[in-house]
Amino acid sequence: MEYLLIIVSAIFVNNIVLAQFLGICPFLGVSSRISTSIGMSGAVMFVMTLATIVTYFIQNYILIPFGIEFLQTIAFILVIASLVQIVEIVLKKVSPSLYQALGVFLPLITTNCAILGVALLVFANEYNLVESVIFAIASAVGFGLALIIFSGIREQLELADLPDGMKGMPAALLVAGLLAMAFMGFAGMV
Amino acid sequence: MSNLKIFSKGFIKENPVFVLLLGMCPALAVTSSAINGLGMGLATLFVLVMSNLVVSIIKNLVPDKVRIPVFIVIIASFVTVVDLSMAGFAPALHAALGIFIPLIVVNCIVLGRSEAFASKNNVKTSLLDGLGMGLGFTFALTLLGAVREILGSGSIFGFKFIPGDAILAFILAPGAFIALGYLIAIINLLKKRYAK
Repeated sequence: MEYLLIIVSAIFVNNIVLAQFLGICPFLGVSSRISTSIGMSGAVMFVMTLATIVTYFIQNYILIPFGIEFLQTIAFILVIASLVQIVEIVLKKVSPSLYQALGVFLPLITTNCAILGVALLVFANEYNLVESVIFAIASAVGFGLALIIFSGIREQLELADLPDGMKGMPAALLVAGLLAMAFMGFAGMV
Repeated sequence: MSNLKIFSKGFIKENPVFVLLLGMCPALAVTSSAINGLGMGLATLFVLVMSNLVVSIIKNLVPDKVRIPVFIVIIASFVTVVDLSMAGFAPALHAALGIFIPLIVVNCIVLGRSEAFASKNNVKTSLLDGLGMGLGFTFALTLLGAVREILGSGSIFGFKFIPGDAILAFILAPGAFIALGYLIAIINLLKKRYAK
């Protein structure tokens, strides 16, 4: 039941993009086609889960025992950056087809603040390992859900006749605002 | 390019938020009031100026292949400095900005300026560039925060001038997207008019 609460809250109520404003750059940047946003969501889920597990161990077995929690930011960003590199190299060797699907998105992920944000939120919420993993996967699902809905709307938006200054990013931001309003309807569910 | 041009381009012509669309996460997340926007802007300004300064000093010592990790470590160190000093001197602001202080590390503007400008230019122009871009970012965040605060709670910088409730949605998530969307649309229109 507790796990179910974490899942529902991370996907719908506290959606990582539309309620917490993490990962806005890829949300606005790669959302012009549905196919690319599906690839991006897959890559984010993969890296986010791995990064959360690794940073969990680093925090609890290296930073806290040695009393150097103030190095958290530096340690986490280095771990995430090198993790993305390792994932890229391993994926290229082990599963070329998966690499083809996710490869181009991997370098972008290092600067995706959703990854570092979720790793930090895990400690702010004081989750244990199982809860952290569930939280990371559910957050990634929430990211994917928002991204795919958004790109579906943006594909249609290209055909719309908009006033001059509204074309492109302003219209996309308004759509994101309406989407955020729709997701606010989930508030109170948990 | 003259020094004045380097300094002033971050304000309107290449404003990080309104024109380059970089650093959108903090721009949307913490601008529920003008004060929060200003605080976040100043924190980013400090990191931007200091990392530009250090990167431009050490640019000839760092091998090309490892430059990105080196830049990230420099930026992360200054972010930690900001994080700890803000927790000490302005705990209320630190609590309001939350995890977005450590997330300055992954703000594309900071790494972007280090990579695109400071690693190729001398110390003086890098400082000016960091200062200009940082002030442009601060300006954008304060403006967005002020608009949201006026519409959402009827006050500005904490001074309430409309009694009672205002349009609450502007303080919440949807208002951030909508307010920024309209601000960018207005700036697009102004730019077109100026170009003619």
